[in-house]
Parts: sequence; structure tokens; C-alpha cells
Amino acid sequence: MEVELREIRQHMSRFPPFESLSDDLLDELAGQVAVGYFKAGSDILVLEQELHELCYIRSGAVEVYRRNGDLYNRLGEGDIFGHFSLLRNHRVRFPARALEDTLIYFIPEPLFHRLCEADEHFADFVELGRPRMEAAVEQHKQANDMMITRVRKLLTRYPVMIVATTTVQEAARQIGDAQASAALVLDSPDDNPRYTFTDSEDRPWMVRGILTDSDFRTRVVAEGLPPDTPVGELLGERLITIQSDESVHEAMLCMLRNNIHHLPVLHRRRPVGIVHLSDIIRYETHSSLYLVSNIFNQSSAEGLAKLAPDVRAAFVRMVEEGANSQMVGSALSTIGRSFTRRLLELAEEELGPPPVPYCFMVNGSMARNEQSIVTDQDHALVLSDTFDAKRHDAYFLALAQRVSDGLDACGYTYCKGDVMATNAKWRQPLSVWKRYFSDWIDNPTPERLLHSSIFFDLDSSFGEEAYVEQLQDLVAQKAPDSPLFLAAMARNALNRTPPLGFFRTFVMEKDGKQNNSINLKRRGTAPMVDLIRVHALACGSQAQNSFERLDAIGNTQLLAPGAGEKLRYALELIAMARIRHQVIDIQQDRVPDNNIEPENVEDSERHNLKDAFQVLSNAQKFLKYRYPIPARTGRSR
Amino acid sequence: MPSYRLTPQRSLPDWPGYLAARAGETSRPELARYFAAGCPPPEIPIGEVPLVALDMETTGLDARRHDIVSIGLVPFTLGRIHWAERRYWLVRPTRPLSSESITFHHITHSEIAEAPDLAVVLPDLLEAMAGRLAVVHFRHIERPFLDEGAQSRLGEGLRFPVIDTMSLEALRHRLSLWARFRRWMRRPPVSIRLGDSRARYGLPAYQGHHALLDALATAELFQAQIATHYRPEVPVGELWS
Repeated sequence: MEVELREIRQHMSRFPPFESLSDDLLDELAGQVAVGYFKAGSDILVLEQELHELCYIRSGAVEVYRRNGDLYNRLGEGDIFGHFSLLRNHRVRFPARALEDTLIYFIPEPLFHRLCEADEHFADFVELGRPRMEAAVEQHKQANDMMITRVRKLLTRYPVMIVATTTVQEAARQIGDAQASAALVLDSPDDNPRYTFTDSEDRPWMVRGILTDSDFRTRVVAEGLPPDTPVGELLGERLITIQSDESVHEAMLCMLRNNIHHLPVLHRRRPVGIVHLSDIIRYETHSSLYLVSNIFNQSSAEGLAKLAPDVRAAFVRMVEEGANSQMVGSALSTIGRSFTRRLLELAEEELGPPPVPYCFMVNGSMARNEQSIVTDQDHALVLSDTFDAKRHDAYFLALAQRVSDGLDACGYTYCKGDVMATNAKWRQPLSVWKRYFSDWIDNPTPERLLHSSIFFDLDSSFGEEAYVEQLQDLVAQKAPDSPLFLAAMARNALNRTPPLGFFRTFVMEKDGKQNNSINLKRRGTAPMVDLIRVHALACGSQAQNSFERLDAIGNTQLLAPGAGEKLRYALELIAMARIRHQVIDIQQDRVPDNNIEPENVEDSERHNLKDAFQVLSNAQKFLKYRYPIPARTGRSR
Repeated sequence: MPSYRLTPQRSLPDWPGYLAARAGETSRPELARYFAAGCPPPEIPIGEVPLVALDMETTGLDARRHDIVSIGLVPFTLGRIHWAERRYWLVRPTRPLSSESITFHHITHSEIAEAPDLAVVLPDLLEAMAGRLAVVHFRHIERPFLDEGAQSRLGEGLRFPVIDTMSLEALRHRLSLWARFRRWMRRPPVSIRLGDSRARYGLPAYQGHHALLDALATAELFQAQIATHYRPEVPVGELWS
């Protein structure tokens, strides 16, 4: 090797896709590059410019943009860019700019093509852009504010702090002077170190509680307490706080869970501020939070139905603000559960209290917290074993009917497969459900497999949660030891397959057929969810959400290392593509559906989807092999 | 009238004129071709000028007592360094190498012993340099050694314009107010060696010394200097010497 090439060669040989090149090719590469220096902020590739070189970052950092100016990717030392253009029309579609002072090695096009021909790994890398799928998801995660913004960012000032012996009158004056709406109440520390801290003068304190405007109304004025009452006497039992490095999202959930409007924020144990619900709402403008509280304020099914447009609006805003599929799915499921719950409350008000305890079970996407804006209703009733059909069923049928009709009016269409509590078969006592589930696992038939794939995504939405928990336990315990069931589920999960990708304005099928559109649910998310469910059943996971199931699967040896991550990225990509296209449908005043038309798919999305389909397809092939039909045993006849 | 004139600090030769005149005078065809290729007029923007980064290794610093051992050059412009068109020559010194004073890690003594004399290399070198403005780091090596070499091999001197990246660096770090302030503060002067200068522009550290690698390093440094302190429109006459 020529000595002067060593410097360039050694650098390039450390990075994919060059790391696997033969020595001869590396030598040739090191001798053929051209070099250019780019000051931070200067353009390296401009849109539509003609390009005949592959760009390699020797030092510095580069940002690659989409046509619309959005950041597509951020690249560092050893990364390449420009290969998409080289493989296509030699026009730059992703302009690139130096983020730092950057040195680029330019690899001439003829050599680039020679490398593609001579080295399969190199060709795969530049054509499939292996890290591209991950980058697309990663970038989406970053764009998502609520999840990564720390709650401390919402704080504008330190909390008002008063000592517990202060009178309510004095406290009211101090809070008023500070133009605050709440104060933290301090006391000398006791044995519990949880909320103790030392102030700037080294005095130890303990946070006893929080005093808010509404305490003055409901405790002091309404109860006629004298103005010299010490504030310590007004405090509630429980103090709910959040750490300053938790996300805004977490703070919001915490307030929702505990039904509070003020949340003290601590840095370790030192109070640094108080977040008010309105701070978060101001921040999180998409306000799915408002919607949920609005649902619970409705006093009739008609009122609830009128909120359907708000759901769509919240959905659109959430997506536009960069939520990922998990956030969208969980927000929409929360909204769906809230509708369900409110309808049950209203039905109970009308029909009277239930004659025996029950749990209203939700299934399918709502149970998985993966609901989309296009969804039907899947639910069932799990009744107490004291249930007597003759005496009690009329009540529960009426209850189910009200919920089902109400949900339909809110946009959750009736289930075509009749998986609804209005169906007598799905309105049964817990013991019957247990028998159903055991039968389905022990003796899988096509019909039962279909039931398993719907009902084995299950969660309680209202009532006796323990019933559904028992059913979840049953599945988690029984399924891993039922190889025939797993094998049958695995085969069932292969009924729907992804397409190959896109070609011009067509969907390319694996057999070369071309279609005008593709149902991303049927050909993407659903088979992916089915596949993940099989692995989750095999490992006895209690998780319902597909991403959480992947976490559980990742703790086992069921999948090869890294395979779970690929599935996660692929699911996220397909789910987001589906979500984005539903947003486009809504914005263009069309009824949102699960179809996408290739002409509406951006080039980069095409490649991402193609990669994701490939991951799904490979995972399906693996599934059959992973769960073979066991040798015939006595019970599986 | 007083007969003296204010002389500029540094009188710059009229390079295009000088090269044109030499092209007419010289009796050596290889020099004639080189001089005839000329150099751009001083007002031409640097961004439009074909450049060549030049570096050589020598047995010492004095062109009259020491010899060239290797020469590397890389053609380039402000936009691209054409590494694939690099040229490299080993040259046999006229005086024997003293092994303790000079070590070339990548050149063996036998390689040098088999290398051609500068007389053989010069026509190729001149052809590669023709029509391109030389860029060097520290101008007191390449030009005097080539001048001396041409004088002894061809019987005529060889002068040509160069841009010196070290001088550009010195302008910033040795002659500026800030540099004088640092001196006054008795702070050590900022290093303007090739590697240290490159580091200031975020350019990577290259391992080892080789005339070609140093030529590449010089070309990269010059691109960085123009991108940082100048513009591609700056007239070449403001940069050369």
C-alpha cells in the first residue's frame, strides 16, 4: 500500500459500508477521492444540483434536509450522503449543509458503481440505506416535544413557601402579593426524609403540603375557619410531587391520574416550582387533555356524540406537533375508554345500579392502546359468577346496547364481527370466559384462532378490573406451554402479508402484480401486531401494547439479537405512515381510511416503508420456523 | 524635489509580466513551456484560479547546501482537491545522506539510491505545475530549492508566484494587534506549523510526514483559510508573493 494513502484508507475502513471492502478496493478508493472543505453553515449540496459523486464525511458534521426544508438527517464523521441521487437521476433531492467545519471526501460516480457491483454488502447498504429506517424513527422521536421536554422548562419562578404556623390570613396575603395561585407549606423536618431539604441559609425544612386558591374557598371560607388558623391545619394527607427532570407528558399524566391542578416540582428534594394544569395546556396545545375532561362533563349520549369532530381535531394537532405512534395510539385509546366509561356511567344512572358486579372489557386496538382515528368497537362483558341469566341478563343487554349505540354515534362503528357485549356469547360470567379461553388454547380451530387474536388483546375499561386481570393471567400462564396453539397462531399470523414496495404509482406485490392503493392496516400494522402477539404469548407476557410486548420479548431468547429493535422501527414507521395519511384525509375533507395511494407517498417514505415491509416479511418467514407444529400428542387430536 | 520614494514593505514582482518575459528569453524548452503557461492576472478572483499544492522533503533548510529528497503535488481549486491527479517523485540527492541527521520513515536509503536525479524529474514536475498557481506551507523551501535545482540542472533559475499558507496564518497570529498583545503579555506565540494551523480550522490531524500527504494537508488548509477569512472573490494578487 502506498504510504500516502494510509491516512485516507484507514479512516474509511473504520466505517460502514467501507469497512467490509477488500484491501484492493479500499486502496483504489483511497487513491480516487476528491476533497473539499466546507465552513460551518455553508451548502454542500443544493436542491436539484447535478451530482456525480458520493459524499463521505471525513470530519465535521452535516445536516441533510427534505425538499420542504425539514431536517431529514444529521450525519457525522464516517457517514455518507448523496447515494440516493447517484442511484437515481443524479439530481440532489436532499440538500446538505455543513453543521460544523467539515471536510468531505468525494467518491467519483464510476468508482461508486464499481463498488456496488464488486461488493454486495456495499450495494445493500447504499440501496437499502440500512440505518435510514432507524434514522427516520429516531428523528421523529426527537421532534416530539412533550415526551422529551422536561417539566422544569415550564417553571417560570420559584414557589411561594410559607411556614406551617403562618395564619391563613397572612398566607393569603403572601400568595396574593406574589400573584401566585398556590404555595408550598413548610415545617421543621420529622423522621421522614422524603421531603426534607435545606434552604440557602442552611436551615433544614420539610415540605408538608401545598395550599391552593381552592383550599381557601373550600376549606377556609366555606367552613368558616377563623383567619388566624395556622395553614398547617388545612393540608391534606397526601403530597403529590414530580421531579424536575420528568417529561411534560409525565407531569400531565400525573395530574390526570390524581385529578389535581397544581403539581409541586422538586429537584431531588428541593422544591423548584409549581406547575399548574394551564401551564401544560398552554404548552401542549393539542389538548387531548381538555377533550377527556370534556367527555366526563357530558350528561347525555347525544352530548358525547357531538364531541366526535373534537377527537379528529385533537388527532390532527397531535400528529402535526410530532407525536409518535405510541403517543397517538395511547391518547386515542384514552379518549375511547373515556367515552366508553362515560356511556356506562350514564347507562347506570338510567338503568340503576348493576344487579351483579361486572367488568366492561375492551379488546383489540383499544386494549393495546393502539387505537387509530379509523376504528370500530370491540368489547365484551365479564360478569360476576353470581350472574343468573334469567334474572340479570336483561339489565346487561340494555347496558351493552346503550354503550354500543353510544360509541357508534361517537364514530366508533359497530364491530362487523359482532365482537360486542350486545352479543350474548360475549356477555358471560368470568367462569365461562375462563372456559372459552382454555378451549381456544387447547383446541385451536380456525374460528377459535380468530377469537384468540381478538380477545387475547384485552383490558378492563370499567368495573371489576380483577376479572380481566384473571383472564390475562390465564392466557399468560397457559399459552407458553401450548406449542400447538402457538404454531396455529403463528400460521394464522401469516394470512396477511405486506407488499414488496412501490413502483411509480403502483403498489408492487411480491408476484409482480401492481395495485393502485394499499390498506396499511391490513397489509402492515395488523400482520405486525399479529406477529408480535404470537411471540408475546410464547413468552407469557402480560403486556397488551405491541411496543411493550416487544420489550418483554426482548428479555427472552425468542428473537435473534436486534430483531426486536427492527420490528419496533418497522411498526412505528408503518403506523406513522397510516396516521399521517389519515391526517391528510381529514385535512382534505375526505373520510379518513386505512388506504394510502402511492402517488401520495413521498419518496423517502416509500423507501422507509419498503424497508419496513421487508422487516415484516422476514419476521413472518421466521415465525413459521420458530413455532413448528409439534409432533402429534394426545390432547391435540 | 527629494529623490527618494516611499518603498512598499514588500515589493511584489509583476508575475504575469515576469513569466511572459522568461518564456521569451529561455533557451530550455521545458522551461519555455512552463513559463508560457503563465499565471493569472493579479485581479482574477482566487476562486477561479487553478492551483497546485506543493510540498517537498529536503535534507536540510539551505537550498545551496542541501538537497531535495521527494516532491509531492496535488492539483486543486477552492472547490475540490483532485487527489486522484496527485504526483510524487523521489529524487536522488547529489550529496550523500548523513543517516543520523535525517530519517525518512517511509523512504529507505536504497529507494533513494535508486531514485533519478532532479534533472530527470524536472520536465515532468514543470509540466504538472504549468498553468497552476503553487500553494505551499512555508515558502522558503519549495521555491529556493527548485530555483537552485533548475539553476544547476538547466543553467537557468526558476522563479514563480506562490501562495504561502503559513504567511496567511502569520498575518492572523503573528502580525495582528492581538498577536502583539500576546507577545507583550509574554504569552507564547500561536503555532503556525501545518498541523497546528489545521487544528484551528477543525481539520483532522494527519499522521506521519510525506510530501504528498503534506501537499494535501496544505491544500485543505488553504481552502479552510479562504472559507474562514476571505471570500472566493478575493483577487489572487492579494494572496501571492
